[in-house]
Amino acid sequence: MTEAYNPFSLAGKTVLVTGASSGIGRATAIECSRLGATVVATGRDEARLGETMAALTGKGHVSIQADLTKAEDVSRLVQEMPQIDGLVCNAGITRRRPISFVKEDELQEVFNTNTFACFTLTKAIMKARKMNRGGSMVFVSSMAARQVTPGNAMYAASKAAVESFARSCALEYAPMQIRSNAILPGMVETPMNNEGGLSAEAIERDKQNYLMKRYGKPEEIAWGIIYLLSDAGAWSSGTSMEITC
Amino acid sequence: MEIEEFVENFAGQFVDTDLNVFSKDTVFHELDEYSSLIALMVISMIDEVYGVTVEYDDMAAAVTIEDLFNTVKRLKGEQ
Ligand SMILES: NC(=O)c1ccc[n+]([C@@H]2O[C@H](COP(=O)([O-])OP(=O)(O)OC[C@H]3O[C@@H](n4cnc5c(N)ncnc54)[C@H](OP(=O)(O)O)[C@@H]3O)[C@@H](O)[C@H]2O)c1
Repeated sequence: MTEAYNPFSLAGKTVLVTGASSGIGRATAIECSRLGATVVATGRDEARLGETMAALTGKGHVSIQADLTKAEDVSRLVQEMPQIDGLVCNAGITRRRPISFVKEDELQEVFNTNTFACFTLTKAIMKARKMNRGGSMVFVSSMAARQVTPGNAMYAASKAAVESFARSCALEYAPMQIRSNAILPGMVETPMNNEGGLSAEAIERDKQNYLMKRYGKPEEIAWGIIYLLSDAGAWSSGTSMEITC
Repeated sequence: MEIEEFVENFAGQFVDTDLNVFSKDTVFHELDEYSSLIALMVISMIDEVYGVTVEYDDMAAAVTIEDLFNTVKRLKGEQ
């Protein structure tokens, strides 16, 4: 029997997903495993990471607990992980403050997690030569990088930096046939938005601004990420993909 | 923690609304200038000045500025 035709298959690929213990990262880990990938799942919370592991299809997946804002955790993660073909830099947080009330420690926290962790993790992986030739990097930015809303300055700026960083990676790692792209999701139904500091009423109103009158589902972002990880995305690098409507 | 000072701090987040409009009995949701940004500014002001975190639901539940003052007092008591 011939194998089913599927250019989006991840069979034979190993993919590291950060923020795999929740939301978009968890959906990405699950969908990657369903398409044949071996998943390396990382996050801070052991219990939530365990829930993701339990939901994966197939065998051989690994989970490594790590706080990406801690240098020692990043180096241990990279040391312990196997060779990878895909990196999904997805871990992120949000803090809402009007600019006049921005707190220094929150600003640090947002940039450490959303932006600087992309730099440190990518650097550590590439220095350790853990990314295979022909690999793919996907950085989860946000529509917020381009469409600012009141109180979202810290988050928006941190995500604009991520979109730019994805392009720099595309340029510098092209000689190794490694691709790099950014994904910009609109609002997605995840725990982030339940604790994001918007009232239930404001969320319902906001949904009406979307063509489909709803927020995205985590797997609808995962499928875009998978396109970029798979061979179907072989001629996409240095791009930004908006997933919103 | 004084109610007069709280009303003043609350009013301080508004730019266009006449200061005379603000009292402990002001039904702030009905003010033209009140918006999600102002709500966020008030929440942040309360965090900065009173050291407690008011949720959006608390903002929605409060009718007058005094109601919000009482929420802040309760949260401070719980600390
Ligand atoms: N939801 C949206 O509407 C939306 C829209 C656009 C972009 N995004 C982006 O999509 C990404 C995922 O968001 P989500 O909505 O899925 O959020 P989420 O459900 O809150 O998940 C965030 C993930 O990031 C991890 N994380 C946070 N800080 C970390 C740290 N210091 N070290 C390691 N892991 C850390 C969390 O791990 P633990 O739980 O284990 O700590 C969790 O797995 C974020 O980058 C977010 O900015 C989200």
